[in-house]
Amino acid sequence: MRIPILKLHNYLLISIQTELDDKTAIQFQEDLLEKIHGSGATGVVIDLTSVDIVDSFIAKVLGDVVTMSDLMGAKVVLTGIQPAVAVTLIDLGIHLQDVPTALDLEQGLIKLRQELEE
Amino acid sequence: MSDQSCVYIKKEWDIVAARQMGRDIATKVGFGTVDQARIATAISELARNIYLYAGSGKICFEAIETVQKKGINIKAIDEGPGISDLAQVMEDGFSTSGGLGAGLPGVKRLMDEFDIVSKSGEGTTIESTKWLR
Ligand SMILES: Nc1ncnc2c1ncn2[C@@H]1O[C@H](COP(=O)(O)OP(=O)(O)O)[C@@H](O)[C@H]1O
Ligand SMILES: [Mg+2]
Repeated sequence: MRIPILKLHNYLLISIQTELDDKTAIQFQEDLLEKIHGSGATGVVIDLTSVDIVDSFIAKVLGDVVTMSDLMGAKVVLTGIQPAVAVTLIDLGIHLQDVPTALDLEQGLIKLRQELEE
Repeated sequence: MSDQSCVYIKKEWDIVAARQMGRDIATKVGFGTVDQARIATAISELARNIYLYAGSGKICFEAIETVQKKGINIKAIDEGPGISDLAQVMEDGFSTSGGLGAGLPGVKRLMDEFDIVSKSGEGTTIESTKWLR
């Protein structure tokens, strides 16, 4: 299972629509970094609207993706985190403090544009 | 009244199977979306620990329905290396695998009751319950 990565101007858009098992998550991490490298994208939106569980492993992969993309010069915004997922992340003690987030894909794109213009 | 079912954890995909089954049972018991996510997350953590540290094992679920209380009981059982220092693994951030070390302390917070029995060289059993409020 591979998560599709769409390119729109200088941005990469990802909407995670599948149950995230460990292999899929790691594969996605690799694919995204390759794609940032190959396309020179400056911004990435990862939409989690359809994701109903984020455990500590997936949280680590997502956090790492943000840090690694940042190192490569692309800003990542996570969007659409479900209320139940936000609650369980706090129970796990995971705060994702340095990770930019937005309500939905549209807000995510607006946030990216603002961050990149600064 | 009780009803027990188990998912055997041998490969990575079994982690997903276990949390899906747990969520189904939680839904049937009557848990809302937030508690369903808590239960599924706890199962995911326990199943992954079995896969990573013991190699194989099983997760068993039981829907508890008495006149007074309803809930879900989860048992994670393995015959892996066991845990020698239980206090240490319950600390936030302690990991022997470069993980976040959020799993076991997280499960304790996600669920209502949490009990761990482990013996070096013999394996680990973690039992945890969430009550419907
Ligand atoms: N079933 C198990 N058998 C043996 N050791 C375990 C088991 N579960 C957890 N551990 C130990 O406890 C530590 C903490 O586990 P956890 O809180 O889930 O964090 P993480 O998995 O990120 O390391 C693990 O790194 C491992 O050393
Ligand atoms: Mg763990």
